[in-house]
Amino acid sequence: MEHKQWPLWEIFIRSRQGLSHRHVGSLHAADAEMAVENARDVYTRRQEGASIWVVPASAITASSPDEKDVLFDPADDKVYRHPTFYDLPDEVKNM
Amino acid sequence: MWNQRIFEVLMEMDLLQRFEAYVASEKKIEPKDWMPDAYRRTLVRQISQHAHSEVVGMLPEGNWISRAPSLKRKAILMAKVQDEAGHGLYLYSACETLGVRRDDTIRDLHSGKAKYSSIFNYPTLNWADIGAIGWLVDGAAIMNQVPICKCSYGPYARAMVRVCKEESFHQRQGFQIMMTMAGGTAEQKAMAQDALNRWWWPSIMMFGPPDQDSPNSAQSMAWNIKRFSNDELRQKFIDLTVPQADLIGLTVPDADLKWNAETGHYEHGPIDWDEFKRVVAGHGPCNKERLEARRKAWDDGAWVRDAARAHAEKRASRKSDSNTAAA
Ligand SMILES: [Fe+2]
Ligand SMILES: [Fe+2]
Repeated sequence: MEHKQWPLWEIFIRSRQGLSHRHVGSLHAADAEMAVENARDVYTRRQEGASIWVVPASAITASSPDEKDVLFDPADDKVYRHPTFYDLPDEVKNM
Repeated sequence: MWNQRIFEVLMEMDLLQRFEAYVASEKKIEPKDWMPDAYRRTLVRQISQHAHSEVVGMLPEGNWISRAPSLKRKAILMAKVQDEAGHGLYLYSACETLGVRRDDTIRDLHSGKAKYSSIFNYPTLNWADIGAIGWLVDGAAIMNQVPICKCSYGPYARAMVRVCKEESFHQRQGFQIMMTMAGGTAEQKAMAQDALNRWWWPSIMMFGPPDQDSPNSAQSMAWNIKRFSNDELRQKFIDLTVPQADLIGLTVPDADLKWNAETGHYEHGPIDWDEFKRVVAGHGPCNKERLEARRKAWDDGAWVRDAARAHAEKRASRKSDSNTAAA
């Protein structure tokens, strides 16, 4: 019988309370429960995690690198969105 | 028609130039970015070989888990071998981002098409070998892997950062085994020396053929996949390791080894590259045994993979049935 691969899961770990989950890699598992168990063994052997998210890789929609310019360049010329754009008199110490 | 083809070639040339400039400026390539086919092929080959090495590397050490001299040593060795399994998985996952199927990668190992580090084709004859492997083999691996943390391919670099964090305990536990044995009875010290004698040369061969015989290195350096040449890394490893052997009263088995105060480096004797080639070609002491062990593990596990999959599918369909019933 030709073996079908277990699906691929993307793994996100919250390293401690107060931080958001961060992508750490992927793994194969038959279902979500197994993905959580495997993620525990593969990605948190040294207490790197306080919480695990597993997401089927097929469920992720990503922006394409070809759209990089269209999506992100418009922010390029909006320097006034940054505090350093504004010159203040020296007398103003904390703002 | 011809104009179209010329246009495509020009576009590709332009992409290639931009790619090379981008990589040369220390920026990272991510999975969906455009990359030259040869860059992708080089990475798939290197990352999959690296993954296979981690996994096959569990076999010589696994051989001593049940015979570790104390519960503490056993727990440490199990943790180390488990780490190597993890390293294999980080790397297989990085490799998959380049568009290859995991099962195909593993099939290439089993068919002999893909290679793994030839060091794992040597046998572990006694407990001192576990010390020598941690100290020398993991030590050489660290030397090779640290520069890859800055590799131009993002997923490989990130996997390497994790791996390197975990490796340093591997080398320390090995050195500690050697140190303990070297400071023990005359018999124990002789065992440690014997292990060093057998693992030294294969370890310094882990850096690969000398620079003049390593034709692909220049391209890998230009693409920031490789950062130092084989001989540079080998020299660094020797310079670092010889004083460690001295410290615990063991002798590096190289009659020509001598310190050169002018260059600030050790000079070493000739390396038997014929032996290296023989082992890479499949004629080392354990090549057959290692591949058979991997194939057997894969075949014996097939029913588990299939059963877990069937179970997951059944549960998923039951869930969607009851959802439809409820609606
Ligand atoms: Fe490793
Ligand atoms: Fe290791």
